[in-house]
Amino acid sequence: MREDGSGLDMAEENRLKTAETGGSGSDSEAVDGAYFRWLAGELGALPHGQSPAGVLPAVLARAAGIAARRPRDIGSAVRYGTADSALGPLFIAYTGSGIVRVGIGEVMREADFATELAHDFGVEAVRDGDLPRTVAARLRTFFAGGRLRPEDFDLAGLGEFEQQVLAKALEIPRGEVRPYAWVAGEVGHPGSSRAVGQALGRNPIPLLIPCHRVIRSDGGLGGYAFGLPLKQRILAMEDLDVAALQKEMRAGARYYGSLNTRIFCLPTCQHARRIGLPNRVRFRSAGEALAAGFRPCLVCRPT
Amino acid sequence: MLESAETRDLIGGILRREENAFADIVRAHQDRLFNFALRFTGTPEDAEEIVQDTFVKAYRALYQRLTPERVATLALTPWLYRIALNTARNFVRGRPARAEARLAFAGGDDTPWGGASERSDGPEGLAEKAEMRAALKRELLALPPRYRAAVILRLVQGLAYTEVAETLGLPVGTVKSHVYRGARLMRPGLARWWNDLPEEG
Repeated sequence: MREDGSGLDMAEENRLKTAETGGSGSDSEAVDGAYFRWLAGELGALPHGQSPAGVLPAVLARAAGIAARRPRDIGSAVRYGTADSALGPLFIAYTGSGIVRVGIGEVMREADFATELAHDFGVEAVRDGDLPRTVAARLRTFFAGGRLRPEDFDLAGLGEFEQQVLAKALEIPRGEVRPYAWVAGEVGHPGSSRAVGQALGRNPIPLLIPCHRVIRSDGGLGGYAFGLPLKQRILAMEDLDVAALQKEMRAGARYYGSLNTRIFCLPTCQHARRIGLPNRVRFRSAGEALAAGFRPCLVCRPT
Repeated sequence: MLESAETRDLIGGILRREENAFADIVRAHQDRLFNFALRFTGTPEDAEEIVQDTFVKAYRALYQRLTPERVATLALTPWLYRIALNTARNFVRGRPARAEARLAFAGGDDTPWGGASERSDGPEGLAEKAEMRAALKRELLALPPRYRAAVILRLVQGLAYTEVAETLGLPVGTVKSHVYRGARLMRPGLARWWNDLPEEG
């Protein structure tokens, strides 16, 4: 890889040094040259590691997702309707396959939603008077705290990786949160937390696909396409005490274990919340919990 | 130069839409980019994500964003390093993790392959060597990003000055002065290993 054996060109470095010192100071020049040669040798001899084995498959999976994203034949128009919510009107676009896009009225005007929709799908955006019954039923399920499934949505325009990430977000129950790294591990690409964050950040169906329920392992809220205050408010509306959770997590409580069952969970797992305070122990890492003889919860799968 | 027949052939594979062309590019570059990102950020977890993001961005560019004419003229390796550098810069920007990264470092970030195997020094020599390497890595991380990038590309990765210049988008002379200044900034922290002579008056 090096074009010369020693990794430096002494004459060049000395010329440079001379130029910098105005051509004087021949004593220090010798020292600098020797130091530089030593430094170059030692830096060049630092161990060269191998890229982790997971990189290639993860990259190819994400690349395949990009390749698969093509303009779609969606008919002559894309339709949308509105529904009331605590966050202003929701604009809900749908195709025959399911909900395809959502806009939150509090942070987006209807005209902008319609313009973007028309632009992205390359057809006219038409507003319907009433939402189709199936779409309305899905909204009721969501607002009642129920769980929607990937089949309720039309995610065909997205890459495979994005679809997997969004489907995983749908599994997080209302009132609970999971770390980005957890999503990455669950979709089979540990080490892709950042890619998970990006995929969630491009979620075309915010709120209904609850990307807001994914936060950082250290309790930080991470990011949100519509601003962190909104993410925090939505979580609060879902009865999550964000401040209390963050205080616990910042104090190092990444997992809770039960002295009764010897099971450990992520802090917001429904099972973790049932542990009585006298029985609850905190763990800073899954390794610590395992070493203490606890086993991971089968519901929140903390490892 | 690294832009050899080998890398031109990798680009040719992309242009001919050969099935494994992109995977070949990943295989040929992932280790160097990982090492670059590891030395730049100090943590293997960050480095892994930076490498992933770099290749995904490259894929988008090669297959969607750039015209075939532009792809044909790409200097592949410096171009990939450049994407990795930009990704790494965004990655560490605005993050209070520097102290954390240093800690992770002190704990031996790359122990899986960080073995001191190439020389058969005694145990003491090995410990000494490990300490010196920790100091080298620490001093690299403490450099201002533009000097750090230049020093890593040139002295750790062994790129030619012309390639570093192409990667950083700077004239060769500027790159040389960055490498040199970076080296000088690292010097006080390495005094224990580099037997410094007294500075002139």
